[in-house]
Amino acid sequence: MKAQLFITCLAEQFYPNILQQMVLLLERLDVQVEFPAEQTCCGQPLYNSGFQSQARAMARNWLEVFGRSEAVIVSPSGSCVDMVHHHFPELFPEGTREHELARDLAGRTFEFTDFLVNQLRVTDVGARFPGRVTYHPSCHLLRGLGLRREAGLLLSEVRDLEIVPLPEEETCCGFGGVFSVVYPEVSRAMMEAKVNNILATGAEAVVACDAGCLMNIGGGLRKAGSQVKALHLIDILASNGGYR
Amino acid sequence: MTESTHSHQAPAYIEFGEYSTHVPKNIPIALEQATGRFLGNREARIAEMPQWEELRQAAHEIRLHTLLNLDLYLELVEKQVVAAGGVVHWAVDAAEASAIVVDIARQHGARTAVKVKSMATEEIGLNQALEAAGIQAYETDLGEFIIQLAGTGPSHIIVPAVHMRKEEIAALFREKLGIDAPTDPLELAAIARRILRERFLEAEMGISGANFLVAETGALVIVSNEGNGRMCTTLPDLHVAVVGIDKVVPDWESLTVLLKLLARSATGQKLSAYTSFITGPRRTVGEGGAKQFHLVLLDNGRSRILQDPVARETLKCIRCGCCLNVCPVYKHVGGYAYGWFISGPIGAIFSPQILGVEAARELPFASSLCGACADVCPVKIPIPKILLHLRHRVVEGDEFEKPAAPAPLRASASLGRVALSTPWLYRLGTRLLPFLMAPLRRDGWLPALPPPVNRWTRVRPLPAFRGGFREWWAQRQRRNGDRDSRGSP
Repeated sequence: MKAQLFITCLAEQFYPNILQQMVLLLERLDVQVEFPAEQTCCGQPLYNSGFQSQARAMARNWLEVFGRSEAVIVSPSGSCVDMVHHHFPELFPEGTREHELARDLAGRTFEFTDFLVNQLRVTDVGARFPGRVTYHPSCHLLRGLGLRREAGLLLSEVRDLEIVPLPEEETCCGFGGVFSVVYPEVSRAMMEAKVNNILATGAEAVVACDAGCLMNIGGGLRKAGSQVKALHLIDILASNGGYR
Repeated sequence: MTESTHSHQAPAYIEFGEYSTHVPKNIPIALEQATGRFLGNREARIAEMPQWEELRQAAHEIRLHTLLNLDLYLELVEKQVVAAGGVVHWAVDAAEASAIVVDIARQHGARTAVKVKSMATEEIGLNQALEAAGIQAYETDLGEFIIQLAGTGPSHIIVPAVHMRKEEIAALFREKLGIDAPTDPLELAAIARRILRERFLEAEMGISGANFLVAETGALVIVSNEGNGRMCTTLPDLHVAVVGIDKVVPDWESLTVLLKLLARSATGQKLSAYTSFITGPRRTVGEGGAKQFHLVLLDNGRSRILQDPVARETLKCIRCGCCLNVCPVYKHVGGYAYGWFISGPIGAIFSPQILGVEAARELPFASSLCGACADVCPVKIPIPKILLHLRHRVVEGDEFEKPAAPAPLRASASLGRVALSTPWLYRLGTRLLPFLMAPLRRDGWLPALPPPVNRWTRVRPLPAFRGGFREWWAQRQRRNGDRDSRGSP
């Protein structure tokens, strides 16, 4: 199977390791990975700030870049995939060529855990990660895309991994993209509540599937002086004997 | 608006951001307790209802159908209320609605009124209008009684004084009522009950809102837990109900669907302690109810909202308050941050539509778009979608309103779009940022950045810019290419 990588701007800027591991992991699962080099950002930051006309221009670029190949599209971010699934088609009036293209591409764009579990039908990727982790389900993965069990299925197959439940796991961490800088004090309160819940589990790492949540939670843990790591699920799945 | 609690009149500008920087410390604690209890009960009720999702879908369809045919159902309401012996008034806005109620009170020589908890009368600032006309309105719901003493508005749709602890309430009673009030909730309720008994007996007028209006028969439906609703609408000879035009349901069958969802979503009760049905005034001596019944139907911008196919779903709301209970933003800032009588996620979409985006432009941004509200909404209001719709209205404007954001902001968004979407520029930025930021980098993090990005770093450090994926990919492609060419002579 061929798959185009949609690397997302946040992962590209802050977490290139996750992207590299994702490529290696997909290739190990016999996926032929393509990387459309003209891709940039999907436009979600502008869309969520209300700048729909600007976001429309960015969506147009994205659709053009990824529309050149027939291959499915895979991304390590629930939030960016949610943008493609739910907002790209809304940005163009029904009946237009762009709307059709947006719907076509939305139908073959998959968040990473969705792709593994529901497309490749793989839950055991042969990973080993000795340690205690807890899992934070990102809002857009959970409620946006309705992917409630995929990450858990993948984690449950990792050898030597102990998963501890996170209290109030479904509560937002306070990132919210533009929200985090428009109302930093509210974002802080939400982030601190999340960090306290993570610390209460006694886990060595918290796992999530979105760069935005990882930046927020990871930064919050560091600010709290904690040694607990914020890891992408791919960090765990690509691991063959521990991250440390 | 700079005071810590909202004023009674519609605010000229709502400063959510300013308020959010100095939220009183006890508010998140009080809210966590109350909302946690409601949500726990709600979960238990839903577990007993395997058909919950079907009910939500049916409620959504009933509410949307009613809104799309509102003219017909309102005419039916008027016809049936008149047939039952009531009088119907139409109020285009808050001022007109208040004036109608004041007029009715004057015609009857009423000097005091007892009130059932009502969001519509909070919306129009009725108590102040009555007071200005020399008529004293007494709130009789315990929570409303407390906030009326405090001189503030409600901080939650169904529990108006949810932000106050019992110690604060006791102190308020001592200060305003001049009596020795202990901090025991039961004793405080007993004090309120003693005072309210006298008011029920003395009042010449009862004022209520309604949870629903059943078009089929013109019945007003009031859902309450304290029995005060029954007192206010039966003891005085005059009953005036102020009801938003969005409260109509077609018939009793639709009402049962909505009643099944309302209390379960709100407090986690199967049904509230009292569900009162009032159809016009009493017709015989033996019957309960007021001798005269007036219904004031309030538009106040609602028919304008109906024109907007995305935002009109706001009007499906049945005011259960569940979106507040699950909202992490609301739970940290409390109701007063939203600057008007209605708060939380529903307030963040309702107020900007009624007050306009100039006054309420901060509210659509007061959400992390986590979607918890839409997940629990018993009538499936797509709140995040409407928030995004209103954000667009604020910054770019739409067919309903001009933008409220300044032109330079739009110019900078254009620049942002160019930087983020021009491939060579974006790639250049990705290569340069790790070097440009290197002097600020500490141990893989950027602990402090200059404005405006300090709005991020004053809360937590930013991971260092790394980039490098494209270079890694290109190198690998070259290596693989070499291997391929060696392998195929």
